Amino acid sequence: MKTIEQETFLLKGLAANDTEAIETIYRDNFSAIKSYIIKNNGYTDDALDVFQEAMIVLFEKVKSGSFTLSCQLQTYLYSICRRLWLKKLQKQNRFNPSVETIEEIVPVEDDLEFHEKKNNDFLFMESALAKIGEPCKSLLEAFYLEKKTMPEIAEAFGYTNADNAKTQKYKCLVRLKKIFFAQYKNKD
Amino acid sequence: MEENLLLDAIERYRNGQMDKHEKIFFEELKSNNPEIDEVVAEHAFFLAELERMSEQKQLRHNLNEIENKLINEGVISGSKAKGKAKIVYLWNRYRRTIAVAAAIACLVSLSTATIISKYSENKKVAVITPLVDHKLNQFEYKLNEIEHKLNDAATTTHPSSKPKFEANFRATGFLVDGKGYLITNAHVVQNAKNLVVENKKGDQFYAEQIYSNSVTDLAILKIIDTSFTKVSDLPYTFTKSGAELAEPIFTLGYPREEVVYGEGYLSAKSGYYGDTTSYQISISVNPGNSGGPVIDKNGEVIGIISSKETNADGVVFAIKSKNIYSALKEIKKDKDITIKTPTTNSLKGLDRVKQIKKLEDFVYKVKGN
Repeated sequence: MKTIEQETFLLKGLAANDTEAIETIYRDNFSAIKSYIIKNNGYTDDALDVFQEAMIVLFEKVKSGSFTLSCQLQTYLYSICRRLWLKKLQKQNRFNPSVETIEEIVPVEDDLEFHEKKNNDFLFMESALAKIGEPCKSLLEAFYLEKKTMPEIAEAFGYTNADNAKTQKYKCLVRLKKIFFAQYKNKD
Repeated sequence: MEENLLLDAIERYRNGQMDKHEKIFFEELKSNNPEIDEVVAEHAFFLAELERMSEQKQLRHNLNEIENKLINEGVISGSKAKGKAKIVYLWNRYRRTIAVAAAIACLVSLSTATIISKYSENKKVAVITPLVDHKLNQFEYKLNEIEHKLNDAATTTHPSSKPKFEANFRATGFLVDGKGYLITNAHVVQNAKNLVVENKKGDQFYAEQIYSNSVTDLAILKIIDTSFTKVSDLPYTFTKSGAELAEPIFTLGYPREEVVYGEGYLSAKSGYYGDTTSYQISISVNPGNSGGPVIDKNGEVIGIISSKETNADGVVFAIKSKNIYSALKEIKKDKDITIKTPTTNSLKGLDRVKQIKKLEDFVYKVKGN
């Protein structure tokens, strides 16, 4: 059992994408989640998927700054995973779990709703990126995701100079934004 | 101000790359022009989304690496354990269950053996029949021939050079990978020298079997005809998890020359004499239905029709689709051929007629001699 300080430290590590902290969270919590899912018609692969999703929920929660740990980290993760797995079972039209454990759970519905909404936006961005095609996609990814500088990009993509690359990047950006916002505004 | 300059300025402003004067100027510009302010807000939101995506990608990447590391270390024992490790894992997990089951099995078999030997005089032996149609008769050949001649005459693109093929059995198969890999039953193809598959339109392709397992009764065929073009968008997916009792199911198959639809339900989670690799389903099938897909209402393939009990009514057995995955793994291992099962399901939520419309192009007649 870890102290609140230790767990808060782990969460900070998770927000910084720190391998050591994430590994510790896995070591401490995964087996409990796995046994819950296997007891309820799942396989280890399902447990890995669900756990990964829960880590992302937690990551976003911590990142947004609105998260203070009001219970054991294990309890929180367990509650999220349980909810995610029930949803997955429901989607597959399977029956509700045959085994409900007596483990303590905390309400996580709001957190998951927030996560789902965010995830949808995420999909808009991914599909918009997929639609603009090459070389636009790679160009924008190099600049915005990999944080490369314009001269580096000019060289990698074969533009004569950084200004040319910049003009091209601007054109791509406008197209991406147009597609993204068209989808985003259409969603309601 | 031109838009590209504005966007550039916004990005520099956000990243804190502006000097003091520029920053003050920019902030003034923003507060005096609601239009510009709106563009700034919109772009800031857009950039935040992009950043979020990049962060999440990195996180996922990291999570996957950690998972792999822990699996290799054995901290997470799981599906990726292979060979001995897997057996040890399964043994550890189930040894108590196995012990109890073995004890019960012992008792039951002993007691039933005594009872049977004492009381049974005329026991009935159940027989299962594979559902291959061996009765393709002369009449059907003729009909086929005429049909094909008509087809050839109607469409000049049809390769009329196809040699005449006299089949002596007919069954069903369906695509598992659009590159031309089909699934059918091992008993369908076991003695066949030549194999031909035919789609709904009547196009025929030569095929060869690349895998056959008489225990699971699964076979995988590959279309070797050059006239076959890759198809994409297989509408169904293959489920790994189990189906539930009473789930409605349906199938498409070739008990006749024409494709035939049938529907029913899942009646037991195990097959002939408690065989856990298959289901018992209730559906009307006939010789020729062998190798057809058993699909649930969401368009997921849960099994493959294989046989029916001869002296019982409406007892049909279907191999669980989980076995397909193990077959594909074996093929990968033995022949280094990667067969990808479809990942997206486009049948979900459609009504049955539309589902069948989408589906029937992917279910083939399997013939051979």
